[in-house]
Amino acid sequence: MPDQTKRPIRIVVAKAGLDGHDRGAKVIARALRDAGMEVIYTGLFQTPEQIVETAIQEDADGIGLSILSGAHMTLFPLVVEQLKERGADDIVFFGGGTIPADDAAELKRLGVRAIFTPGAPLAEIIEFVKSECLKRREVLR
Amino acid sequence: MAKTIDRAASGAATAQQTASGLGAKPTPEYEAAHERWAGEYGRAKLRSGAGSGAMDRTISDLPTKPLYGPEDVADLDLSRDLGLPGQYPYTRGIHPSMHQGRLWTMRQFAGFGTAKQTNERYHFLLSQGQMGLSVAFDMPTLLGYDSDHPRALGEVGKCGVAIDSVRDMQVLFDGIDLGAITTSMTINGPAAIMLAMYVAAAEVQGVPAERLGGTIQTDILKEYIAQKEWIFPPRPHMRVIVDMMRFTRDRMPKFNPISVSGYHIREAGSTAVQELAFTLADGFAYVEAGIESGMDVDSFAPRISFFFNSHIDFFEEICKFRAARRIWARRMREKYGAKDQRSWTLRFHTQTAGCSATAQQPENNIVRVAFEAMAAALGGTQSLHTNSMDEVLALPTEKSVEIALRTQQVLAYETNVTNVIDPLGGSYFVEALTAQMERAAEEYFARIDEFGGVIPAIEAGFFQREIADASYQYQRSLESKERVIVGVNAFEKPDERPEIDLLKIDRAVELEQAERVRALRAARDAARVEETLAALRRACESKSAPLIEPILDAVRALASEGEIVETMVDVYGRYTEMPAF
Repeated sequence: MPDQTKRPIRIVVAKAGLDGHDRGAKVIARALRDAGMEVIYTGLFQTPEQIVETAIQEDADGIGLSILSGAHMTLFPLVVEQLKERGADDIVFFGGGTIPADDAAELKRLGVRAIFTPGAPLAEIIEFVKSECLKRREVLR
Repeated sequence: MAKTIDRAASGAATAQQTASGLGAKPTPEYEAAHERWAGEYGRAKLRSGAGSGAMDRTISDLPTKPLYGPEDVADLDLSRDLGLPGQYPYTRGIHPSMHQGRLWTMRQFAGFGTAKQTNERYHFLLSQGQMGLSVAFDMPTLLGYDSDHPRALGEVGKCGVAIDSVRDMQVLFDGIDLGAITTSMTINGPAAIMLAMYVAAAEVQGVPAERLGGTIQTDILKEYIAQKEWIFPPRPHMRVIVDMMRFTRDRMPKFNPISVSGYHIREAGSTAVQELAFTLADGFAYVEAGIESGMDVDSFAPRISFFFNSHIDFFEEICKFRAARRIWARRMREKYGAKDQRSWTLRFHTQTAGCSATAQQPENNIVRVAFEAMAAALGGTQSLHTNSMDEVLALPTEKSVEIALRTQQVLAYETNVTNVIDPLGGSYFVEALTAQMERAAEEYFARIDEFGGVIPAIEAGFFQREIADASYQYQRSLESKERVIVGVNAFEKPDERPEIDLLKIDRAVELEQAERVRALRAARDAARVEETLAALRRACESKSAPLIEPILDAVRALASEGEIVETMVDVYGRYTEMPAF
């Protein structure tokens, strides 16, 4: 078996629901790519099922979900649920958007690994994704 | 056209300048003093550290100089480039008396939850001195889904009000005389349907369409470019829009059928020049579509209005507004042959930049909004929305909306910026930057022409790529602290816990609204709904049949928004974008 830790980290950046705000998702996608990761951007209007399916098909280490429409308390838990259902809840699931602090805390409790809100430095996001995805690979190895 | 020219080359232009330019020809004393200043400036130690990396350019990366003088506006021609307020090319404003004659309309964008909840907010805003209404719709409504559609899950009433049928529209304006107020509706994909619902709701009040005043956004081109709330592919969408232009021309003389919008282009991360150029290119595309359909340009162009962003780079924004007026006037007259001077005048609404607001230390947003609003006032806006400080966190509370409205009132009534028309006109810097932005926009127009127009450029992903590049570059300039945002990458309070009440939309709203549309479907005359939808489908299938009349019939028969959209999607299809970043 090839050494999985050598392959670049692969991240699915996703937009869910009916939310068309894609500025943040695209900036994150580029920043992760520029940091040496492989990035698959799903495009808009994905369902939780589609997002998890893409991540499994692409053998992704992580999923980053961006929601700015206010539907975060519905859509994030649905992705968590899908990940569990597909036995893929080792995938590092994080997100961002206009998400109030108490909602972010609740989402973390439900299994979202991190929530980044407007103003979060790219360096911090990159560092988080890198270290969590590498940790995941250590565990899987 | 004005050009920034070297001091050495400025001699040739000075003869013309004394005839029609800004001020007198520089004297030898002035020349010598300028030289002395240039030497001293060259030796001066400029500040370094955070925020000093971008002292030589605007927030949009347009190069600026530390000082402007007559040499920068040497070939500016007073009548060709400036004119007077209310006169071609309207650089100084579209009305002879500007804000002395009439203040901008204070129009706060609002909508959340159910029609009933939003109606209460409207009554509050009107009681506080707001002058017009502006409707924010929720995501399902913007994309043409009823509130009980599976795709609407979690989105109902979240970032706007849920409207499924004319019944909801009636509730939205309950107790508000639609003949006496003007309403702006921010909706694009299903704009024709919302316009029909507005007309039908007014009919119930006894107000005929002819008396309705207001604006509906309808600008689908910027949806493909930036906001991404589309329904049909571009070409059928343009047909619907041209038909709205025809319908409003004939039946709603006081209503603007299109508000060509740069706001969302800017929010998506564009530069000011991109906002200016892409928005005007979209505007010209609608004009061309109208002319191609056989309408006389002067029969519809006066009712096209605009909507711009006011970002935090103060002078750049003012120059953007001035350049927009000049470009529109020139092209409408010279390229499209418009003869009615109302076709030459660019009227615009402004909203302060949501993307300039910060989640950190949200109270600071009040200050940002005040500066941005002042830029809009100095730029000659016709109407204004000031953002609430908490909009980056959630929907605004009543308290924060009130502060935002009071900001406009202080600006309008206390600062005296309304007393003098275009007070920055004639500033060397402002005139040079206005001309610089006009030139940069013209360069973009040429590139768009190379694609064969706006729609082919959209299909090639041109605008989307330009905007993504600009927003990424901007983000990187924040990461490197080349630019500073107070509270975000400088002057942070790491352990800050914002003490702001947030407005949250209860899940019950979704259940209630979904139940409401189901009850509507059960109680109406189903045969009439089917009949009107069949007639609409036939109209869509034909090449040129009117569309708005059959939509209006379906709306009156209580067809839901989703049903009308699905009928049209069956014929036109749904647009999908090739995702790229």
